[in-house]
Amino acid sequence: MDEALAKKLRILADAAKYDASCSSSGAPKRVAGKGELGSTTGAGICHAYTPDGRCISLLKILLTNYCLFDCAYCVNRRSSNVARAKFTVEEVVTLTVEFYKRNYIEGLFLSSGIIKSPDHTMELLTRVAKSLRRDHGFRGYIHLKSIPEASPWLIEEAGLYADRLSINVELPTEMSLERLAPEKNGTIIQNAIQQIGERITQAKAEKRRFSPAGQSTQVIVGADATTDEALMRKSAHLYGSFNLKRVYYSAFSPIPDGSTILPLKSPPLQREHRLYQGDWLLRYYGFTPDDVADATEDGMFALDVDPKLAWALKHRSHFPLDVNRADREWLLRVPGLGARAVDKIVRARRHTRLRLEDVARLTSGLKRARPFLIAEDYHPSGGLTDRLDLRARLADPPKQLSLF
Amino acid sequence: MESGGDLFGTGPQAVFLGPGADGTGFRAAVRRLAAAAVPPERVAWSVGEAPGLFGASAETTDAPPLALPRGVADLVARVVPHRDPERYALLYTLVWRVLHGERRLLEVSSDPLVHRLERMAKAIARDLHKMHAFLRFRRVEGAEPERFVAWFEPDHHILEAAAPFFVGRFRGLHWTILTPEGSVRWDTETLSFGPSGRREDAPPSDGFEAGWRDYYESTFNPARTNLAAMRAEMPKKYWRNMPETAAIPGLVRAAASRTETMIERAPRKAIKRDPVRAVAAMVDQAPDSLDALNAIIRRSEPLVPGATQAVLGEGRVGAAIAFVGEQPGDHEDRQGRPFVGPAGQLLSRAMAEAGIVRGDAYLTNAVKHFKFEQRGQRRIHQNPTAGEVSHYRWWLERELDFVAPRLVVALGATAVLALAGRAIPVTRARGPAEFGKGYAGFITVHPSYLLRLPHGAKDEAYAAFVADLRRVGEFATTLAA
Repeated sequence: MDEALAKKLRILADAAKYDASCSSSGAPKRVAGKGELGSTTGAGICHAYTPDGRCISLLKILLTNYCLFDCAYCVNRRSSNVARAKFTVEEVVTLTVEFYKRNYIEGLFLSSGIIKSPDHTMELLTRVAKSLRRDHGFRGYIHLKSIPEASPWLIEEAGLYADRLSINVELPTEMSLERLAPEKNGTIIQNAIQQIGERITQAKAEKRRFSPAGQSTQVIVGADATTDEALMRKSAHLYGSFNLKRVYYSAFSPIPDGSTILPLKSPPLQREHRLYQGDWLLRYYGFTPDDVADATEDGMFALDVDPKLAWALKHRSHFPLDVNRADREWLLRVPGLGARAVDKIVRARRHTRLRLEDVARLTSGLKRARPFLIAEDYHPSGGLTDRLDLRARLADPPKQLSLF
Repeated sequence: MESGGDLFGTGPQAVFLGPGADGTGFRAAVRRLAAAAVPPERVAWSVGEAPGLFGASAETTDAPPLALPRGVADLVARVVPHRDPERYALLYTLVWRVLHGERRLLEVSSDPLVHRLERMAKAIARDLHKMHAFLRFRRVEGAEPERFVAWFEPDHHILEAAAPFFVGRFRGLHWTILTPEGSVRWDTETLSFGPSGRREDAPPSDGFEAGWRDYYESTFNPARTNLAAMRAEMPKKYWRNMPETAAIPGLVRAAASRTETMIERAPRKAIKRDPVRAVAAMVDQAPDSLDALNAIIRRSEPLVPGATQAVLGEGRVGAAIAFVGEQPGDHEDRQGRPFVGPAGQLLSRAMAEAGIVRGDAYLTNAVKHFKFEQRGQRRIHQNPTAGEVSHYRWWLERELDFVAPRLVVALGATAVLALAGRAIPVTRARGPAEFGKGYAGFITVHPSYLLRLPHGAKDEAYAAFVADLRRVGEFATTLAA
C-alpha cells in the first residue's frame, strides 16, 4: 500500500470515527458463490477492538472529509481546520477488497462530507457499493450513510446495493438542529428516513433486495439540553413509525478544533450507557415510553443505577415476584434478569421448582435480582423491598466511567 | 484399539477415543454403551495421544443409532471439541439421563450438569467466533494465483468446526490455515485437512498490514479510552497473532495528552474562506428542466433488468392535459417512444374522436422501463409491482412539475397508484379525481384493457372510453377558463 493512500486512510478513518455504529448485523445470511468474495453471518463479527473498547467490524471511512456543511458538533464542518483528503471510488473499493481478503473486516461502512452537492456525493457513495457488488463479486456487508438532502431516486438506487442504509437524526429537536447544523432540516431528514422505511417494508413484501439489514440512525447526546426522557420518546417514535433497526446514541466527545458554540464538557459516558439500557427496555422488555420516562428523575436517568432498577425501586409494591409463578412479562421487569435468563426460567420451571441456587445458574445478575424475587427456598425476609437503603445497597460504586 | 472390560459384568468399561474432537468415535461408543446399558459411572474414558489419529476413531460398533432429542445431539456436537478431558464423561451422563426418564432434561438449564455443558458449548462458540474474527491472512509473496496463509492458536479442538466459515467467505481464494494441532487448505474447490504447522510456515508480513495498523490507530478515539472493555473482548492471548495490536501501547500512552490538547486548545478561526458560492450552488442540484431530468432517467438502469432503454414522456412543456399510462410495452421499448404500440394506437384514435389533439397533450408512463417475461420469441408484458411504481414515482412527480399541466389523466390502476400514492379501484373512481397535487385529476381505464375485452364487450367499453376523453377535454377547457 503506497504512502499517499495510507495518508488518506489515516485522515478519512479519523474523520469517520465519531459515528458510533460499526455493526455488521441484520443482513440475511449469505455465502460466496464460485469465484465470489464474502459472506454475512446475521449477528456480525467484531474483528478487533481498539483501546476505547469499541469494536472494529467494518472499514469505517469517509469518502471525503471536505464538506460544505457547517454542523458545529462535527469535526469535518467546513469551518474546521482539520487536514482534508478525498478517496477515489476505486481506492475505497481496493481498500475494502484487500482488507477483506486478509480477514480484517466484515465489509464497508461508507459515509462522506458533502462536496459539490448532496446528489453528487450520494452518487459517488452508490458507485462504490455498485462497483464492489458488480465488479468484484463482493458479498460482504455494506453500510451506506445516506445523504438526506440527495434526490430521492438516488436513495432508491443506494438501497439496491447496500445491506443497511442510515441517516443520522443528529440532534433530537428542530431547534438544536437550526442552531448547531444550519444547513440541515429536520423535515428533510424525517422524509428521507420515511422513504427508506417504506421501501424496506415494500421490498420485503415483494422479496426484493433493498437495504435488507434495515435502517439505523444516530443521535448526538450532550451537545444540547435535550433530556433522556425526550431522547427515549424520540427513539420510540423512530422505532414505531419508521421501523428502524437501531438508534445509536453518541455522547458528544471533544473533537480537535472544536466549535465555540459547543458545551465545554462532554457528558459522562455513563449517560450514553444508560440511554442504551433504556433503549433495550423499549425494544426487548416491553416497557412503554411512559414506563421508561417513569425510570427517570426530572427526565434524566440516574447514573448510579440502571433504568430497570430505577423503575423497580419506584414500584416496589409489585415485588417480590415468585420465579416459579410470575408471568414472563413481569419477570422481565425484575432488575438483573435479562431476557434470555427469563426465557430459561420459564422453560426450566415447567420441569422443576427453582431454588435460589438454580436461579444463580441462569443469570449473572442475581445480586440485583435477589431483593425482588421469591424462589422455592427463598423469600426476601424483613420486607427487603421496603428497606430505605435498598437503592444505596444496589447502586454502582461511585466510580464513573470517566474520560481517562 | 478395542474396548476392554467385561460387557455384562460390573467392572469398568474402558473407551479409547482419538485425540482432538472425536465426534464419530464418541457417537459409536455411546451407541455401544447404551445398547449394553452401561451406566456412566462404570465407564472410563481415555483419549489417545497417538499421532496420525487425527479425525480417526478408535471406536466402532454395530449397535443401532440412538433416538435422541435433536437438542441433545446438537449439544453433543457442540461440546465435543472442548479441550476438557471430562467432556465425554459429562456428555455420556447427559445421554444416559435423557434415555432414563429425563427426556426433556435440556430444558432445565438450572440443572448443574446442563448448566456446565451449556457453559462448555458457549466456550466453544466463543473460541470459534474469535477464530473467525481474529485470524489474519497474509498473502504469499509472488504466488499466482494469489494465495493466503494464516497462523492461529485456538483454545479448543475447533479447526474442523471453524473451516466451513472460511470456505463460505473466501470461496474464490486459495488459502491455508495453520494451527498447532493441524492445518486446513482450500484451493477454491476442495477442503483438505493436514498435519500441524508452525508460525514460521506463514509469511512473515503482508503489504497491507501497515495500512491496517494505520486504520486501527486512526479509528481509535483517545477521549473514550477503556482498556478493560477492550481486554474483555480481545484477551491478550490473541494479540501476538494480530498485527494491529502492536499499536496498542503507543495509543494508550498518548491518549490522555491527546485528549487534553483537544479540550484545552481554543477553537481556531477557520483558515479557509467561507465557501459562500459553493454552498449556494449546492441547493441548485435538482434538475432544472425537463431535458435535464430526462437525461438522468435515460442514464439510469432499469430496476428489473431487461429493458432496451428508458421510455421518456413525450409532448410539450405547458401542455394542458397530461396522460399517464402504466409502463412501456414491447413496441415502446424498441422505438423509445410512449404509446406507439396497439394500445397507443387505440388511445390516439379515441383521442381524435373525442376532439383531443395528441400533439397538444403530454403522454408518459408511471414506470419508465419495459418489464417482461421472455417466452420463446415473444416478450410478454408483466405488471409492475407496487415497489416498482414507488421506485419510479419521484421522476413522474418532477416530470409533471416541469410540464405543469392543468389536468392529469390516470390511465388504469398503475397510474392511479403512482399519482395518488395508494391503490384505488379504477371502475369505482372513474371520473374526476383529486391526487393532492397542483393539478386536477381524472381517472379512466388503460386502453390496453379495451384490447383484452371479448368482442361483444369491446364496442361498448370503447364508447365509454371516448366519452371519458370527451369529458377530459371539456374539463380541461373549464379549468382554463
